[in-house]
Amino acid sequence: MMATTRREFLKTAGLSTVSLVFPLLPSLALAQAGIPGAGILSPAAPGSLPALKARRWTMTVEPRKCRPACTDCITACHLEHNVPDFKNPKDDVHWISLERVGHVFPAEAHPRLPDAIRGLSVPVLCNHCENPPCVRVCPTQATFKRADGIVMMDYHRCIGCRFCMAACPYGSRSMNYRDPRPFIRKINPAFPTRTKGVVEKCNFCEERLARGMLPACVIACKDKALAFGDLDESRSPVRLILDRNLSLRRRAELGTGPQVYYIL
Amino acid sequence: MKLYNRGMIIAGILVFLILATFPFWYGGGKAVPPPDLKLDTPAIQRLKEKRCVESTPYMRANHMKLLAAWRDAAVREGNRSYTAADGQVIPVSLTGTCLGCHSNKDKFCDRCHDYSGAKPACWNCHIIPEEVR
Repeated sequence: MMATTRREFLKTAGLSTVSLVFPLLPSLALAQAGIPGAGILSPAAPGSLPALKARRWTMTVEPRKCRPACTDCITACHLEHNVPDFKNPKDDVHWISLERVGHVFPAEAHPRLPDAIRGLSVPVLCNHCENPPCVRVCPTQATFKRADGIVMMDYHRCIGCRFCMAACPYGSRSMNYRDPRPFIRKINPAFPTRTKGVVEKCNFCEERLARGMLPACVIACKDKALAFGDLDESRSPVRLILDRNLSLRRRAELGTGPQVYYIL
Repeated sequence: MKLYNRGMIIAGILVFLILATFPFWYGGGKAVPPPDLKLDTPAIQRLKEKRCVESTPYMRANHMKLLAAWRDAAVREGNRSYTAADGQVIPVSLTGTCLGCHSNKDKFCDRCHDYSGAKPACWNCHIIPEEVR
């Protein structure tokens, strides 16, 4: 074989540079982007109310308004999202649950708290943190934070490594150690179930917001203990509550920036 | 060169060759009939123009890519409506839109997937309305 001349070498180098900048074929570029080449995808599902939008979705919880032993928010959420009930605390899957004040606010609770407060059952759910540790540790980006602050899960990508469960300081995440389908009391066909080996959690009802509806727990609460709205909107229901009360966030000292506020 | 146990070895090689080539000579020359896909669901019969989201050749070749794009658009971008090439606006939903028409999943999706050996994991989570009713 003849040695490459200087001229040939320069030609090849030039062509390689050009092909790096401009992809060889438009179809190749399309295949890389994963676009099937027809149709446009846009927000808002057709045939429903206009989607609810916010700069920062936030929830406020007023556990003092809760009726004793009421579980309406849990029932509504778990029916809406096909959350299984394994009837076994070891396998427990929950999106929202009730906890004692001492467990929700370990730093703030002390023995001198009045019984009326110490005995409260506090609804706890994913805090949709400003700086979510679960998103940082997820190796597949199955958990991600949307522009409106909702910390979402893409169950298609979850590999069940449970790093997020270890990272979440609130225990808001649950693993499906078994196939959840047989343990769902009544399947809601409008929402998918999960499969064995994925982690799940509250999604601030993003699928309902997209159809113009408030979260299922907020609607289900007859005592108006839960409020939902945009933190950046001065007349939103959450701001009306936050501007008038002393509010607490769960373990805010960790720097996660929780977006569920508690009025006790 | 002397081959010990010649009979056993040659018989063994023969048996192995027959077993290894069994699929070829057993199925050789026979054409497996292509799957018989049913498009006679009530929802499809009610359509004026019998047309999927996009044209049939496009759907046949690209439905999996379209569904993957729908999946990422809905979950990750929050884009829940699809404007088809002909201007139709369609909700992005596997259970709602796709199975809304193709309510006979076992006679449409499954037959072709079985034939081609495709094993999509969609139905581990996504719901087949017929099954939960």
